[in-house]
Amino acid sequence: MKQFFTFVKKEFYHVFRDPKTLLMLFGLPVVQIVLFGFALTNEIKNSKVLIVDYAKDAASQEIITKIGATDEFVLQHQILSHLQIEDEFKTGRARLAIIFPANFQRDLLHQNSTQLQVIADASDPNQANTLTNYINTIVTEYQQSLSEVNGMPYQIRPEIRMLYNPELKGATNFVPGVMALVLMLVCVLMTSVSIVREKELGTMEVLLVSPFNPFMVIIAKAIPYFLLSLVNLSVILVLSITLLEMPFNGSYLLFFAESSLLILTALSLGLLISNSTDSQQTAMLISLMGMLIPTMLLTGFMFPIENMPLPLRVFSNIIPSKWYYLIAKSIMIKGLGFSAIWKETLILLGMTVFLLTVSLKKFKIRLA
Amino acid sequence: MRTLRFLLQKEFKQIFRNKSLLPLIFLMPIIQLLIIPLAADYEIKNINISIVDHDRSSFSRALISKITASGYFVLADYGNSFEDAFKQIEDNESDLILEIPVGFERNLIRENREKLFIAVNAINGTKANLGGAYLNKIIAEYNAEVRLQWTDPERFSPVPKINVASSNWFNPYMNYRFFMVPGILVFLVTMVGAYMASLNIVKEKEIGTIEQINVSPISKVNFILGKLIPFWIIGVFVFSVGLFFVARVVYGIVPLGSIGLIYGFLAIYLVALLGVGLLISTYSDTQQQSMSVAFFVMMIFLLMSGLFTPIESMPEWAQVIAYLNPVTYFIEVMRMVVLKGSEFKDIIPHFLKMIGFAIFFNTWAVWNYRKTS
Amino acid sequence: MPEIVIKTKQLTKKFGDFTAADSITFEVYKGEIFGFLGANGAGKTTAMRMLCGLSRPSSGEATIAGFDVYTETEKIKRNIGYMSQKFSLYEDLTILENIRFFGGIYGLSDREIEEKSQHLIGLLGLGNETKKLVGALPLGWKQKLAFSVAILHDPKIVFLDEPTGGVDPVTRRQFWDLIYEAADRGITVFVTTHYMDEAEYCNRLSMMVDGEIKALDTPSNLKKQFGVASMDEVFYELARGAKRTAD
Repeated sequence: MKQFFTFVKKEFYHVFRDPKTLLMLFGLPVVQIVLFGFALTNEIKNSKVLIVDYAKDAASQEIITKIGATDEFVLQHQILSHLQIEDEFKTGRARLAIIFPANFQRDLLHQNSTQLQVIADASDPNQANTLTNYINTIVTEYQQSLSEVNGMPYQIRPEIRMLYNPELKGATNFVPGVMALVLMLVCVLMTSVSIVREKELGTMEVLLVSPFNPFMVIIAKAIPYFLLSLVNLSVILVLSITLLEMPFNGSYLLFFAESSLLILTALSLGLLISNSTDSQQTAMLISLMGMLIPTMLLTGFMFPIENMPLPLRVFSNIIPSKWYYLIAKSIMIKGLGFSAIWKETLILLGMTVFLLTVSLKKFKIRLA
Repeated sequence: MRTLRFLLQKEFKQIFRNKSLLPLIFLMPIIQLLIIPLAADYEIKNINISIVDHDRSSFSRALISKITASGYFVLADYGNSFEDAFKQIEDNESDLILEIPVGFERNLIRENREKLFIAVNAINGTKANLGGAYLNKIIAEYNAEVRLQWTDPERFSPVPKINVASSNWFNPYMNYRFFMVPGILVFLVTMVGAYMASLNIVKEKEIGTIEQINVSPISKVNFILGKLIPFWIIGVFVFSVGLFFVARVVYGIVPLGSIGLIYGFLAIYLVALLGVGLLISTYSDTQQQSMSVAFFVMMIFLLMSGLFTPIESMPEWAQVIAYLNPVTYFIEVMRMVVLKGSEFKDIIPHFLKMIGFAIFFNTWAVWNYRKTS
Repeated sequence: MPEIVIKTKQLTKKFGDFTAADSITFEVYKGEIFGFLGANGAGKTTAMRMLCGLSRPSSGEATIAGFDVYTETEKIKRNIGYMSQKFSLYEDLTILENIRFFGGIYGLSDREIEEKSQHLIGLLGLGNETKKLVGALPLGWKQKLAFSVAILHDPKIVFLDEPTGGVDPVTRRQFWDLIYEAADRGITVFVTTHYMDEAEYCNRLSMMVDGEIKALDTPSNLKKQFGVASMDEVFYELARGAKRTAD
């Protein structure tokens, strides 16, 4: 047992004596949480909008003021002719243009109907769509405020309740995803590289000829990364609760138990990679380049998986972080218990057992 | 000049002999360009809705059929218990609940107003917002129909109506991939270029050949040019395959603006980018270190480039970072020139800033690569 | 009086508080094989890196082939060859490609490169291996090749930093034949080594202890001076007084 702890200690030295590894280990998660929490959002805000007001009457002014008052729009400037719109779009100085025809208010009052033209720079269709919808909403509200004076019959009033995340913060969606991403990348990368490094340096042979059980070598290598990942997870958790004001509605015990399970899955995957390659560089490339993009895309926190084409949807099922993401959301945000996540847990457990069996088998062959 | 020729020959031979690097340089970007745009789609469709209908009247049925016919919603469940519907939200089987109260039809007609209750799973705020908005829109349309049916046209003066005519320029079919592919292409070229450049000098350090170079009369500038030019050429090559093969053939994207303009910008961009790679290289002692640092930097470049999320929506401090990121400018330029046909005069500021980046990073890298300590 | 090609006076290199090379003063003559001995960590490599222009001295003077180590490092580099402790040809290039590359960066013409590579390959007996990657050669051949490449451009001086580490005695002997041949052509050889039999091959030797030169003379004079029979004993006599432990 004493041998074992000596070995674990040695692994910790490796980690703590390399500042650039530490940067990877602790800097990356913190930076990601800050960026995802504060900087990145799918919301469309502060979009620059051009106004071409041929009417210059009370109605057009009121609508323009309403638009300017929202977070979504920044009034760029009023241009005199719609012919300038294309130039403005091409330099990226505006995303949307609104044209009020002459006689805007007069038509509205006397003919009960008037036109308003909205032109969107649809190179980003998502943004164009959202902005057009916003304008529609603002115009509808204005229209209703006119009708209210008349008294509308048969009104259906929908009352919307935003469950779990009433302020619609982006972080609520991102944070569990970032946790999954960080745990996956850090664990897989660190274990695979650290084992391959011993192979490359030739120290693995020294360890294997020692009276130490080879499986203990592997376990001892895994323990520091397991513990560091838990520390890492706690850092992310504390940051997101204090800094990002994320809710935590479920059981901490269950959360850490499930997280440990994902870490184990990742460690087993790292072990498998390290058994299949001989150079640190290849191990790094596989774990970074090969895993980063699929994990980021197919975990489901950046893009909804249900929108993807079928092959990708199917493929996403073998990404462990996808299942962890579902679990983490259920525990942290929905505050659910084990009964709601046993299926996902079982899948992760199955993956771990599978990866571990395969890699240990390979490891044994290598020893022979 | 002659020295440079020998350096270039050597670099190219080494690159093409590295069997583990080659697929990474040429194959991976293409595969990713084929896959990522399929996955990177924000368009919200197929929202699962659970409807709790306490009324079960002809009105409620009409509303429901209008919702399911809209194309946005998939009816996940139709029942009469809110608890059951809520359970489905918990289990991720449903995204949204519409609760129709008892007496919906009666109250609407007799009392002239009635409420509907909507509960949205808002963990993904964007999706919730859009889902709610779609549903609101459908309800409003339904409301207008009811009103039309039941109102005596004589009794009320017609409602003033503002027709919003909207048109979408540059991407009339609203194809999200047109928007994503040029940006993703930029990012892939960035990854390949930065990784290779950052690994390269470090490799010579690690195997010791850099000493041999340092005692030779090769000048700093020649040595660094010898390292930059091959990756510059590979960068241009990867970009071209992506632009002419994947983007055009697979996604049908034909640049609206000038190809020459795009390549002009690419040329300067690659110089700036390779400067970043060299800089990382000169600050690292082992390939592992430079790979970690490069990964860290790439991650920030990727997230802060406006590739996946709009820069305008970021808080101001983050926008400052985004505009200190060279990737941001190239993604903007690509989207402008490819989709909108922007011309040189439209992107002069981008050009100037990119030249600034190129000078800054390369000066720093050359300065930091010292032949003597 | 033979021509002096290396001349140092009070040459010193400090890393913070640590003085790696302390007031080194010596001269090396043209065509000489000059041995630079010392225990691990005695400061040999530091001194050599200063002479090659890889590292800037903290104080003192030195001229290499008549050029100043502070101001004329680029001129020095044209006039020296260098072979480091770490094997330093490109393993992923073939023998011919390495020769061509290093010839090219030292400014040899294409014709010269062609002639010299033919000569070299004949000399080393590598005729059948020219298309092989250097990484696939046995260590001894790599080192002989590295040496030949280091003197390809006929430098005035060639610096060899422990060139024969890890090589069998027969190959070492062959390696020294190459060194003699170079010296005969008038190339000054500046070599560090741990092998005392190699020390005997040198015309003159210097012994470094704790960053200082403690002895400098021909091998036979040194043995006489210390009253011992072999270079081994000279080395032990000097190294025993060292305060720095080996790394």
